[in-house]
Amino acid sequence: MKYICLGYIEEKKWETMSESERNAMLDECFAYDDVLRKNAHFAGGEALQSPRNATTLRWQNGKVSITDGPYAETKEQLGGILVLEATDLNHAIQLMSKHPGVKAGPFEIRPAADLTEMIRESERRRARAEGQ
Amino acid sequence: MAEHAAEQVREKVDAVYRSESRRIFATLIRLLGDFELAEDALHDAFGAALERWPKEGVPANPRAWLVSAGRFRAIDAMRRRARFDASQAAIAEQLGVEAREAATFEDESIEDDRLRLIFTCCHPALPPETRVALTLREVCGLTTEEIAHAFLTVPSTLAQRIVRAKAKIHDARIPYQVPSPPELPNRLDTVLQVIYLIFNEGYSASWGESLTRSDLSGEAIRLGRLLAELLPESEAMGLLALMLLQESRRVARTSPTGDLILLEDQDRSLWNRDQIAEGKALVEKALSSRRVGPYTLQAAIASVHADAPNAAATDWAQIAGLYDVLVHVEPSPVVELNRAVAVAMRDGPDAGLPLIDAILARGDLADYHLVHAARADLCRRLGRTAETRASYERALSLARQEPERRFLERRLAELG
Repeated sequence: MKYICLGYIEEKKWETMSESERNAMLDECFAYDDVLRKNAHFAGGEALQSPRNATTLRWQNGKVSITDGPYAETKEQLGGILVLEATDLNHAIQLMSKHPGVKAGPFEIRPAADLTEMIRESERRRARAEGQ
Repeated sequence: MAEHAAEQVREKVDAVYRSESRRIFATLIRLLGDFELAEDALHDAFGAALERWPKEGVPANPRAWLVSAGRFRAIDAMRRRARFDASQAAIAEQLGVEAREAATFEDESIEDDRLRLIFTCCHPALPPETRVALTLREVCGLTTEEIAHAFLTVPSTLAQRIVRAKAKIHDARIPYQVPSPPELPNRLDTVLQVIYLIFNEGYSASWGESLTRSDLSGEAIRLGRLLAELLPESEAMGLLALMLLQESRRVARTSPTGDLILLEDQDRSLWNRDQIAEGKALVEKALSSRRVGPYTLQAAIASVHADAPNAAATDWAQIAGLYDVLVHVEPSPVVELNRAVAVAMRDGPDAGLPLIDAILARGDLADYHLVHAARADLCRRLGRTAETRASYERALSLARQEPERRFLERRLAELG
């Protein structure tokens, strides 16, 4: 089963770390990602640029409004996404508890939703609409 | 004659239901992989027993019979539904294969099922208040109405919480298992927390008129006993000991009018000696283990109180010493407060007062009525009437429970 792990970081804390501290943390994280890859638990992932570079789109008054910055201004911001392949939630918790990134900020683990059935139904609806 | 025999069988089924139904339920969850299916299967199995045992006789191993009847009925029901739904057919097929493979029931794995159920209901991925409700519902077999009544919530709210929890167990795939040894200490803590929460809700209801709700304490002790039996970890024994030692004072701690009686004023002949003996034996056992945890230490403190024939004979030196260790193992302002009180008892009120003032100065417990009540008590013993009054008044403004409020009002009146 796939679990999406949302990794949060506290940017202020990250900025106050020394360069060698930062490098040590990054090395640990990348090394552990490799362990996950080797054991086929790493099903994908991306690191995110700073929330300063974020743009948020919202539907407002019948049109899209574009604003600078992240959706929510919080102390801890989303820093990366990891797609984890694990047998169950305990397994996912076990794997991510060992991820050094947990020391930089919390991980939120969310099971991936299976939309296969929903998509199939939608396709049937659309096919019917086209046929009419 | 036949009617008499049928009546006897019905009584037997009832007895088996009372003693075995939760165990059978725990096993059915493992075999069927679903709480709802297991619940239905459990009722079907007992229905089948009522129908067939009068004709065929009570089986040699009723539990195994019921587990197997429940499972086959669940698979049957799924096969019937499968005619309309292909995914159900695959599940039924899979379960059928597993059913044939696991024809025997090891007692050991059935005992493990109860542990699996406890750990699943107390999983840290579930909200804390839901863990309590789910444990009472699924492990203890209380009805949703009973739990809602005990926790003063609306049954429909509680039922919704339980439904959501079961959906999360299913959808996020929380496995039905006892945690592995490296995870066990952490996960056990969560289970112990749930049990102690249930106990405390019964021992000292946080709300309203009545000081105790003894049914919940009884449930918590039953749970604690089950856990200590299945998983004889030192802290499981420590928690059971702590609950038994506190429970032993239940009758003595309230007056006939429902007022709170402090430990030092209790009639110790009312203390339950059987519970004290059992609690003390458990404390000894838990203390002899390598790791001594906070529940064991608190139980050891309760056990020192239980040893004193009267309040004046209390071994405060030993109690203060145990609090010194507890403050290190589990630092918290409340433990510090208790330690301060013990130090005051050992070395005099003027030794305890600065410790309490230090806690208050940090602002940690500023809104906790008991810290002000404790401070008032020390000032009273030191003859500082104005300070005594101010602290009792502060405590009274913060206390929520009627018996505690009456106690504080009495103390204020005594100041004249």
